[in-house]
Amino acid sequence: MAVTADSKTFNAHAIRADFPIFEQLIHGKPLAFLDSAASSQKPRQMMQAMTTFYETSYANVHRGVYVLAERATAALEGSREKVRALVNAPDAREIIFVRNATEAINLVAYAWGMSNLGPGDIVIVSELEHHSNFVPWQYVAGRTGAQMRMLPLTEEGELDLSALDALAAGGNVKVVATNQVSNSIGTINPIEKLVAWAHEHGAIFVCDAAQSAPHLAIDVQALGVDFLAISGHKLCGPSGIGALWGRGELLLAMEPFLTGGHMISSVRLEKTTWGELPHKFEAGTAPMAEAVGLAAAIDYLQAVGLDAIAAHEHELAEYALGRLGELPGITLYGPPADRRAGIVSFNVEGIHPHDVAQILDMQGVAIRAGHHCCQPLMQKLGVAATNRASFYLYTVREEIDQLVEGLHTVQKVFA
Amino acid sequence: MNEFDQMYREVILDHYKNPRGHGTLDDADAQADGQNPLCGDEVSIYVAFGDDGETIDEVKFSGRGCAISQAATSMLTEMVKGRTATEVGVLDKEELLEEIGIPLTPVRLKCAMLGLTTLKVALHRAKGTPLPDGLAGFDELELS
Repeated sequence: MAVTADSKTFNAHAIRADFPIFEQLIHGKPLAFLDSAASSQKPRQMMQAMTTFYETSYANVHRGVYVLAERATAALEGSREKVRALVNAPDAREIIFVRNATEAINLVAYAWGMSNLGPGDIVIVSELEHHSNFVPWQYVAGRTGAQMRMLPLTEEGELDLSALDALAAGGNVKVVATNQVSNSIGTINPIEKLVAWAHEHGAIFVCDAAQSAPHLAIDVQALGVDFLAISGHKLCGPSGIGALWGRGELLLAMEPFLTGGHMISSVRLEKTTWGELPHKFEAGTAPMAEAVGLAAAIDYLQAVGLDAIAAHEHELAEYALGRLGELPGITLYGPPADRRAGIVSFNVEGIHPHDVAQILDMQGVAIRAGHHCCQPLMQKLGVAATNRASFYLYTVREEIDQLVEGLHTVQKVFA
Repeated sequence: MNEFDQMYREVILDHYKNPRGHGTLDDADAQADGQNPLCGDEVSIYVAFGDDGETIDEVKFSGRGCAISQAATSMLTEMVKGRTATEVGVLDKEELLEEIGIPLTPVRLKCAMLGLTTLKVALHRAKGTPLPDGLAGFDELELS
């Protein structure tokens, strides 16, 4: 294993050797994978853990009385404990496994929102939100008669907290929901301040941590949030699993989201009663192997050290902003390097992001081009789309150089 | 010819930089707006028929998008002028693809088809010609 806990010895090239995806050429060129914000690549250790689970311990969890069922149950619950530790939740029963952060937020929007929102209530989300933390609130507000209001951005792409008080006028703020890191432009949001404001107004705070959990150490108790959503696939885990953390007393008071097998206490013709936490929110067969993979991914990240990863990405963002700034006709979006995660969004004058990304792909460079599931933000920026390069623990400077080289070619083709 | 020239051949770049039929028509006989949900690109198509109420006399488009979608729509406006709504309503997409003349991945194919799909929706509304294949993204459809 190439990972090390010492940030001084952090070596992205060595880490890269754990990721088999890089052992190939794309269009005859080395792969410069600069789309980790959409989904991360996977270390061999994670995949091996899933394979071993399938080969030695696979059976359905919880009710089986035989040894394989016990092993599988222990693996699933062991993974829950890893997620608890990752976000420093007080109790593993507050960790609900879901498919992804989108499902986690839908769970809260439905199971909390449908019972607690109504006319005269206000839900505040920010202009930075991914559709995953925008559409569920818009939909549930529409269904319940609540109003959704947008927390605006400053010129530098940061949340304008001075606008908060005006947003509260004429109604009861019940929910404030923002991401911790913007997937589009990399802004790191001041969650503690937002939480303090939300709680002063008697609102709950829902944190979309899909883009922060892979890159920052998270402590739900220190942040003070009420719900927090993560996706496994963005933090070196498999696709198909994510987690919701919720404050125990809120989860206990909520109605279920999905109903069916496993989430019950007893089922009678006249009435069904719900299971204990976390089972009340985990209807159907759990994503068992995915949970094993997620646990292995968390082990991997923690062995490297999330602080070291954050520092590495920060350096890369600074390097990328500098290199891209050397090119003519480049517009950069988002805050300065010291206030952003490893995400750089930009446009090339006169050339649509789809065309930029296509020509980069021919040179082995994978970036994202589009609205990044953030159409409200794109409207705010006054563009239909941007190019986005995003970094992770395995990203090396050479990939950013390859990007810059590729952009020269893009400009030559369109000259 | 290198790989970039093959994809972005001169004629594509020419149509992108100097789009034919770019603009709007105030008194359009047929009109529709289309969007590509993958990238947020938008195109609006305006059609005016000749005195027979059937022949496409003028066709304009506005919107924003990538070189492929803009060039393909520009080429389309040249291709359909003078044809009847009935003909264009069933225009084989291969005819447009041949004109574009570059290999397209599935995602880029959607870019290339945005204009044609939108035009067919406009003609469907005005003349009842068949709807195009794959209507995802057209949120203004009134199919009743």
